[in-house]
Amino acid sequence: MLQRLIDRRMGFFLGALFVAVVLIPLGNLVIAGQPVPSYVVALLAKYLCYALLAVALDLVWGYCGILSLGHGAFFALGGYAMGMHLMREIGDRGVYANPDLPDFMVFLNWQELPWFWYGFDSFIFACLMVLLVPGLLAFVFGWFAFRSRVTGVYLSIITQAMTYALMLAFFRNEMGFGGNNGLTDFKDVLGFNLQSDATRSGLFVLAALALTAGLLISKFITTSKLGKVLIAIRDAESRTRFTGYRVEGYKLFVFVVSAMMAGVAGAIYTPIVGIINPGEFSPANSIEIVIWVALGGRGTLVGAAIGAIIVALAKTLLTGWFPEFWLFALGAMFILVTIYLPTGVLGKFEQIVKRKPKPATKEVTA
Amino acid sequence: MSSQLYLSGVNRSFDGFKAINNLSLIIEKGELHAVIGPNGAGKTTMMDIITGKTRPDSGEVFWNNDIDLTKVDEAGSARLGIGRKFQKPTVFETLTVEDNIALALKADRGVFATLFDRRSADQQAEIDRLLELVRLSADRDRMAADLSHGQKQWLEIGMLLAQDPELLLVDEPAAGMTDAETMRTAELLREIAGERSVVVVEHDMEFVKALNCKVTVLHQGSVLAEGSLEHVSANPEVVEVYLGR
Ligand SMILES: Nc1ncnc2c1ncn2[C@@H]1O[C@H](COP(=O)(O)OP(=O)(O)O)[C@@H](O)[C@H]1O
Ligand SMILES: [Mg+2]
Repeated sequence: MLQRLIDRRMGFFLGALFVAVVLIPLGNLVIAGQPVPSYVVALLAKYLCYALLAVALDLVWGYCGILSLGHGAFFALGGYAMGMHLMREIGDRGVYANPDLPDFMVFLNWQELPWFWYGFDSFIFACLMVLLVPGLLAFVFGWFAFRSRVTGVYLSIITQAMTYALMLAFFRNEMGFGGNNGLTDFKDVLGFNLQSDATRSGLFVLAALALTAGLLISKFITTSKLGKVLIAIRDAESRTRFTGYRVEGYKLFVFVVSAMMAGVAGAIYTPIVGIINPGEFSPANSIEIVIWVALGGRGTLVGAAIGAIIVALAKTLLTGWFPEFWLFALGAMFILVTIYLPTGVLGKFEQIVKRKPKPATKEVTA
Repeated sequence: MSSQLYLSGVNRSFDGFKAINNLSLIIEKGELHAVIGPNGAGKTTMMDIITGKTRPDSGEVFWNNDIDLTKVDEAGSARLGIGRKFQKPTVFETLTVEDNIALALKADRGVFATLFDRRSADQQAEIDRLLELVRLSADRDRMAADLSHGQKQWLEIGMLLAQDPELLLVDEPAAGMTDAETMRTAELLREIAGERSVVVVEHDMEFVKALNCKVTVLHQGSVLAEGSLEHVSANPEVVEVYLGR
């Protein structure tokens, strides 16, 4: 089993991740002079959340050919679910010192907590919602879309419409999620102060663990017989049907798993960045995820994670140096990758490193 | 009556054009049956109707006398035991030849059963046997995309057999094959028939001759003639619409 899940690629990546998990907190918390500044810890933790999100998208796009342009929505919903718990944990320490209502509700003159905020006082409940809300949305959305056999560009467009509609809804104050400011001013999580270095490192480790789990679960799925059915659907959907597989069930399964994974990424992201707002639903965000996966190497899982980290790092550096330049750089990156690196950075790298092809794939003239 | 497949008075039109027009056809159990007819005669549409891809506007389609095929979807027809080979060879290009067969192998098709599936020794033996039968044993680890056109046709036939179907619907299998491959395919289909029913749609007259079986001539969506190849070839109408061209 371990052999099946951890191939060379996965081994190298998880090895590197493990080294980071040891060295980064060490450099921030233990070694004198703090060679790793706290903001770097938070930044890296954020990259790992993006990496998990990219893995989630790769699972549906890379393997099953479902190009979702709405995965940002699942990420944001996970983020909001965790954000709601963090808001409840503020308690009476808000600006208005209201023990029952978050600040933004006091500001809007609301008298009582809306029903859909019930339960979020509990961390466990919030964690369940982190999985259930994106999972349920994906289930309902997928149920209708896959049964009516919406595929290809049409599916991409409606996923994009889904995230856009959610963005507009979450922007409204009446929705009860803090309107355009979103949820912020969090104090702590499970009693750990979110401003402290130790909590930051803890979240970094948590993000690394979540990414590892996401990668291994995805690897389990893609190396199973079900994973081969997903590829079969990607290659020849109608042949898969005539072979007796109910394609919509398979798509639904992988879409829901992927949405939940995206939700977890969002849930860890929120305490790291300290805010979740409707901007996370923006269609451009979802498109950016596709660029991460394409750049890293579609259908490789590890490549998707690497792609997300590379682009996020480039974004941090470039927006620091020339802020107005970033979107052009992103566009250029996408075009260059599509033309020159069809198998992504990972594919190119392996092509360079690999000395000789596997003996099994000998050339035979047909 | 114990027919494998029973079509009676089936109609289907596309935008007013009658692709299938009052079509009636019976396939006996174990029979090898060729369906010929000019392009656009409705041969592929007939297969679409049998396999639940297309719903007929009216008419009856029954499987084993009592199962109404007009209420079944593609996956359902496959699970009942109808295997279908497409006109254009369709295999899973980025999977290996062996995995193509393995996916088609008769097994529980449920999502979770598939997720936790482990291949048994029996299944592996069956895969090996089928690879041998379609002469792809040496190519088992290659990507299906790398096969020649004729090899893909065979792989697809191997996948059909892996489903262990009662009826095979084979749409123009000889297309793109060399003469030797064509003859070997005819031989293979003859071997398969008997134990299973086989319906072959074909254009290639040499191939149909080699099948040496009952022939139905389709024209404008309905049956024009039926019988042995010599019998239908002697029919002047058939000569006019099809053979004479
Ligand atoms: N889905 C469809 N929509 C519109 N027309 C169709 C469709 N399927 C088949 N037809 C038409 O039905 C007729 C019969 O087609 P087909 O069954 O493919 O013929 P054959 O396989 O005998 O060459 C053709 O004129 C074709 O254009
Ligand atoms: Mg046809």
